[in-house]
Amino acid sequence: MQSSKIINYDYSVAKLFAIATIVFGIVGMVVGVWIAFQMAYPELNNLANEYGTFGRLRPLHTNIAIFGFILSGVWATWYYIGQRVLKVSMIESPFLMILGKIHFWLYLVGVVGVVVSLFMGITSSKEYAEFEWPIDIAIVVVWVIWGIGIFGLIGIRREKILYISVWYYIATFLGVAMLYLFNNMAVPTYFVTGFGDWWHSVSMYAGTNDAMVQWWYGHNAVAFIFTVPIIAMIYYFLPKESGQPIFSYKLSILSFWGLMFVYLWAGGHHLLYSTVPDWVQTMGSIFSIVLILPSWGSAINMLLTMKGEWQQLKDNPLIKFMVLASTFYMFSTIEGPIQAIKSVNALAHFTDWIPGHVHDGTLGWVGFMIIASLLHMAPRMFKREIYSKKLLESQFWIQTTGIVLYFSSMWIAGLTQGMMWRATDQYGNLAYSFIDTVNVLHPYYTIRGVGGLLYLIGFCMFAYNFYKTMTVGKEIEEEPHSTSPMAA
Amino acid sequence: MFHWLEKNPFFFAVAVFVVIAYAGIITILPDFMNSARPVVGTKPYTVLELAGRHVYIKDSCNACHSQLIRPFKSETDRYGMYSLSGEYAYDRPFLWGSKRTGPDLMRVGNYRTTDWHENHMLNPKSLVPGSIMPKYGHMFSNVADIETAYAEALTVKKVFNVPYDEIDMPKLGTFEESSKIVLAEAKMIVDDMKSPEVKAAFARGEIKEIVAIIAYMNSLK
Repeated sequence: MQSSKIINYDYSVAKLFAIATIVFGIVGMVVGVWIAFQMAYPELNNLANEYGTFGRLRPLHTNIAIFGFILSGVWATWYYIGQRVLKVSMIESPFLMILGKIHFWLYLVGVVGVVVSLFMGITSSKEYAEFEWPIDIAIVVVWVIWGIGIFGLIGIRREKILYISVWYYIATFLGVAMLYLFNNMAVPTYFVTGFGDWWHSVSMYAGTNDAMVQWWYGHNAVAFIFTVPIIAMIYYFLPKESGQPIFSYKLSILSFWGLMFVYLWAGGHHLLYSTVPDWVQTMGSIFSIVLILPSWGSAINMLLTMKGEWQQLKDNPLIKFMVLASTFYMFSTIEGPIQAIKSVNALAHFTDWIPGHVHDGTLGWVGFMIIASLLHMAPRMFKREIYSKKLLESQFWIQTTGIVLYFSSMWIAGLTQGMMWRATDQYGNLAYSFIDTVNVLHPYYTIRGVGGLLYLIGFCMFAYNFYKTMTVGKEIEEEPHSTSPMAA
Repeated sequence: MFHWLEKNPFFFAVAVFVVIAYAGIITILPDFMNSARPVVGTKPYTVLELAGRHVYIKDSCNACHSQLIRPFKSETDRYGMYSLSGEYAYDRPFLWGSKRTGPDLMRVGNYRTTDWHENHMLNPKSLVPGSIMPKYGHMFSNVADIETAYAEALTVKKVFNVPYDEIDMPKLGTFEESSKIVLAEAKMIVDDMKSPEVKAAFARGEIKEIVAIIAYMNSLK
């Protein structure tokens, strides 16, 4: 680790992405909180004509949160971690430096295109793959640029052995590339016929096949954006912040290859009791259960890394964020497999338990890890102390309360609705009309909205803290070795 | 165990790709042809219905409504016969949805009418007290994009051999021929509607989004 003193790492691209992470985080969460309240108070749908309805805003929320907030976080950390674990600075290669900047600005243009087109209602309707083909092509270009950046940096590295985090970034790059390309295969209708909107296209796959490809993508977009690169973060930042070595290298190898092997089979659990072949459904169900092993492997590896150093949980809020993140990761990766059991899925599918599950993963695991990562990076990137520990402490509890409100209300809502849909009276007739099962959810939708709002408030506190760190944090002479310095 | 791989990024990446790629090949490819086969009697959408389907997608109706009836008694009682794979053979993209904030719409054409949809889209609460569905008044002022729908139908006919213009199948023809068919089809729906705005527009030759989406809803059986 001594060589970090010799090499002068360049964080200009990491800083740009860090700021993008925070901005998109706020935007994505504001839209999320708004549509959450729309479900409790439907009048909020009709304030901006067609542009303000739940249907238009929901894809905006998911896409800004996933491809704006989380992906920016992934890239911010890559442009930080990549140099440090490969022991090479971006300054050493003007080519990679320029490429990094092009990566950022082109990505920003892409995001603008996404926001405008989704507001206009230009969408392919496939979840997390809503963009039409011109934006898809732009995304492929951005992705390839990132790929050249990764392998370029690896090509000029000094440290010959690739650190665990790099494996996960490589997997993110390859996984998303493959999934995205195949799921977005479409034929542009204007270029075949000469009629209609030039941006319109029609999917290469129809019906059941389209569903299979979509959920092979949809499930694994979750894998390769919500899981794989976030594990890359925790493998780097937790040992760094705590000053503890990784508990077991063997376990990390096992978990990595296990995750790679198992994850891609599990997409079928989104299609249980649908019209896809039974054996695909069963495979999806079984592999989802098996998936507990590699997921918990990584999480346990992280928790055991803290062995003998648990007092840091009390002293250092960043450790607190990371430990709770890996706990939520364990929670979320046991909840998912439970929902993938066929008989549970019969009840849970199509209900609010599913968004509940998604959000304890994204808010608890992904969100907390990104927050902790950026705050670990801040003192090293800006050579300043973190502005306020107190603010960070209160942020932690506000956000944790928010997450608990979110998933507990969605559990109750999901199970209630699922049970009501199937309830019958003494003669075997359906006991409730559909609207009964909607009206009963009102209190839970409100609680969920409040939970989301608390998380958003916490995130704004983080944004303020980060901004203050950047601008007025106390300057530090030397790079901190482990624990990030922070003012009370 | 794998220490050699961790020093060789190229082979490492190849190994990762192989490990992640073959699950998709094994789960998706074997039944691909079988899943693409239509059930007897399934027909491709007419151009007007396709335009309505585009409105459905534009406003992300699929964010809250599913089109997939699972084989449970509670679902077949509520929505009708459970879904068969071949019924979706002409659905590009599929619109199964993943959340039922509102009810399933797979066979909504069996039990709702043009009149019901017209009132419901204007103000869902007027028909379903307590409904949390937004009002879709803008569908009464936006004009449906028939040309793009025609382009899509012609594309799937050319590229995927969807049987337009065959015996007992919807007629497509040239754009002019198709436009006449679309107007005739739209007229049947407009005649059943009350909105003077929609009727006046139709008299000018304009087809509003609401007309197209009702055509689509009525076709879901």
